[in-house]
Amino acid sequence: MNELSTLANRLAEKGKESGNGFPFEVNPIPGEVEVLQIVIEDREELPIFISVSEEQILCMSYLFKQDEIKSGKENEINKAMLIANISMPLSAFSLIDDQYVIYGSLSVNSSLDDITHEIEILSDNILESIEAMREYLN
Amino acid sequence: MSLITKILTALRGGAREVGESIVDKNSIRIFEQEIKDAQGQIDKAKRDLTEVMAKEMQAARKVENIQADIIKHEDYVGKALADNNETLALEIAEKIGVLQAEADIQQKAQASFENHTNRLKGMIKKTTKALADMERQFIMVKTTDSVQKATAAITDNYASGSSKLLTAKESLDRIKEKQADLEDRLSAGEILQDEFDGTDDLDEKMKAAGIIEGDSKAQDILAKLKAKQG
Repeated sequence: MNELSTLANRLAEKGKESGNGFPFEVNPIPGEVEVLQIVIEDREELPIFISVSEEQILCMSYLFKQDEIKSGKENEINKAMLIANISMPLSAFSLIDDQYVIYGSLSVNSSLDDITHEIEILSDNILESIEAMREYLN
Repeated sequence: MSLITKILTALRGGAREVGESIVDKNSIRIFEQEIKDAQGQIDKAKRDLTEVMAKEMQAARKVENIQADIIKHEDYVGKALADNNETLALEIAEKIGVLQAEADIQQKAQASFENHTNRLKGMIKKTTKALADMERQFIMVKTTDSVQKATAAITDNYASGSSKLLTAKESLDRIKEKQADLEDRLSAGEILQDEFDGTDDLDEKMKAAGIIEGDSKAQDILAKLKAKQG
């Protein structure tokens, strides 16, 4: 998808901009659907992945796997995440196979600023939600 | 079964290979064809509708004309009767009968066209709603497909990277350490800066008090050198 490489270049430049206080790197990942990996400075362990389809831009990050949940706590954590879901600005939780994810989706017509804003918010939400779910995790 | 239920069932199944698409290409093609068909139906119904509406208007106009004609002929009957021309009056009355019959036919036609118009309008509304529904579902299918494929790409990348060796908690702790480190460095920087600033102040004070040498140092050195030479 041509649009994605354009987005990648523009995002990469935005990520390098000094003074935005939120530097990040953009790495394209090849595949049947091309994905961008966003690596934020000092938060390299929890990257964000961006994919673009006809309708939406999906920004997603992996939180933890099912087997990281303390045994017997599955129901509790699921409930806790479901409750927390609505209070989380711009992001939501989901489950893909055995992987808990956090994501935000935007219209394909979003501006570069909207997307960078989404990345910032999502990254903060990632840290906060792992912190909030800490008691249920191994 | 609603589409979201189908997707849920497919996703819950779990027997899939990693990255295997839950949406087969064939069903996407069928879906696309159905959407195209529905769009075609709407377009045709809209064309039919304009035609039927035109016919309804024509019928209505004819009814109006005939009724005007009937009133005119009733007037003629009155005039013939006033002239005591019974035969002519009867003849005109017969003509009125014919006109009446024609008016009835046109009225029935108009009613039938009106009926047809309403049916077409209802059908367009229903099909448009169904089309919007299908398009929404189609987007859902394609989104699911795209997410699945993107996830496959991410999983491959993730598994090969070092980050996946860490649990979520470990990752968070590392990030927090880095943050704390950065904060420490920042505050250390501040403390150091304060100390330097403090020294500068003190130097200034001592210079002012004549305890340490001030800017005159160079001149003093020069004077000493001159003295040596001399």
